[in-house]
Amino acid sequence: MQIIQPHYHAIARTAQDYERMAMSGVVAVAEPAFWAGFDRLYPETFIDYFHQISEFEPTRAAEYGIKHYCWVAVNPKEAENPKLSHEVIKHMPEFYKKPTVLGVGEIGFHKTTKNEEEIFEAQVEQAIKYDQLILIHTPHLQDKVRGTKRTLEVLSHMNVNPERVWIDHVEEHTIREPLEAGYWVGFTLYPITKCSPKRAVDMLEMYGHERILVNSSADWGPSDPFTLQQCVVQFRARGYSVQDAIEIFHNNPARFLGQNPKFDIKPIQLEAIEENVPV
Amino acid sequence: MMQTALQVLDREYLEARCALLELAAALDRIDRAHDHEGGTGDLNDSRLELLNQAIRTLSEESHLPNRSERLLLLFSDLG
Ligand SMILES: [Zn+2]
Repeated sequence: MQIIQPHYHAIARTAQDYERMAMSGVVAVAEPAFWAGFDRLYPETFIDYFHQISEFEPTRAAEYGIKHYCWVAVNPKEAENPKLSHEVIKHMPEFYKKPTVLGVGEIGFHKTTKNEEEIFEAQVEQAIKYDQLILIHTPHLQDKVRGTKRTLEVLSHMNVNPERVWIDHVEEHTIREPLEAGYWVGFTLYPITKCSPKRAVDMLEMYGHERILVNSSADWGPSDPFTLQQCVVQFRARGYSVQDAIEIFHNNPARFLGQNPKFDIKPIQLEAIEENVPV
Repeated sequence: MMQTALQVLDREYLEARCALLELAAALDRIDRAHDHEGGTGDLNDSRLELLNQAIRTLSEESHLPNRSERLLLLFSDLG
């Protein structure tokens, strides 16, 4: 079955992951700009990183037949340094011209501080100005509710089109508000600390399939790109058809990301006869 | 050297949190399916009763040792 992995930190993963993802049906990944595990000191370090994810990674993924797209941003953890952040933001428009850059992300809150908010707003403004898609990270663990609420408050005062905004890492206690406000939401499947494949399928059963993305957010931490495939198996094991699975794990990311014309993978519709074939 | 209690808690906290969340989600899942099929009242099944008893054991007797042993005995056929 064809799958799109919409949130994948490829630079932290090996070529073997690409190979195994290709073997399990992944046709495209999208890489949001994120924290490197340490706070970077110079704007140039970010610029080099943006070059890496917009130029080198697509070539590495292409060796396995996977299309690689990316996002540029100052991530929430490093947004605590406003001077550096503004310097980086100034350079981001150069990257919007690149053929695989889809938008501004991931931005948002980590500890929900004033500095983070200033940089979040500046990046949302720039995304609106340059007509870019927006990907928002919501905080981990005990900060998640507070950060998600503040995110929605800030956005409500800005001129964003909610259909072009994806609020990521939602769980049972944070999914309702963003979904009801018309945003896209994402489940991040993570061992131990975020959502599990089973809980993701629970939420799909409770909230339906519209405007929902599922990703495994594989990065340099304890994470696993294949929690996404586990979720597909879990979904199918509960009796849903291949086409239902394709709607969620392929067509939804194609619909959201496809709002940027550079993302040219279209939703697919199986012939009726092929439904009910096992994964 | 044995770890301190705080060191153990540091290592175990997130995994224990995760196990509790998975348990809560599993119980919700059973309830939702029961509601969906139009079931009224609680689902009567001895396994569900065992799970509830295990949860009570953990909360009401949380100060007692050998929790895992007591749960395993609860789930055992001792006849
Ligand atoms: Zn990420």
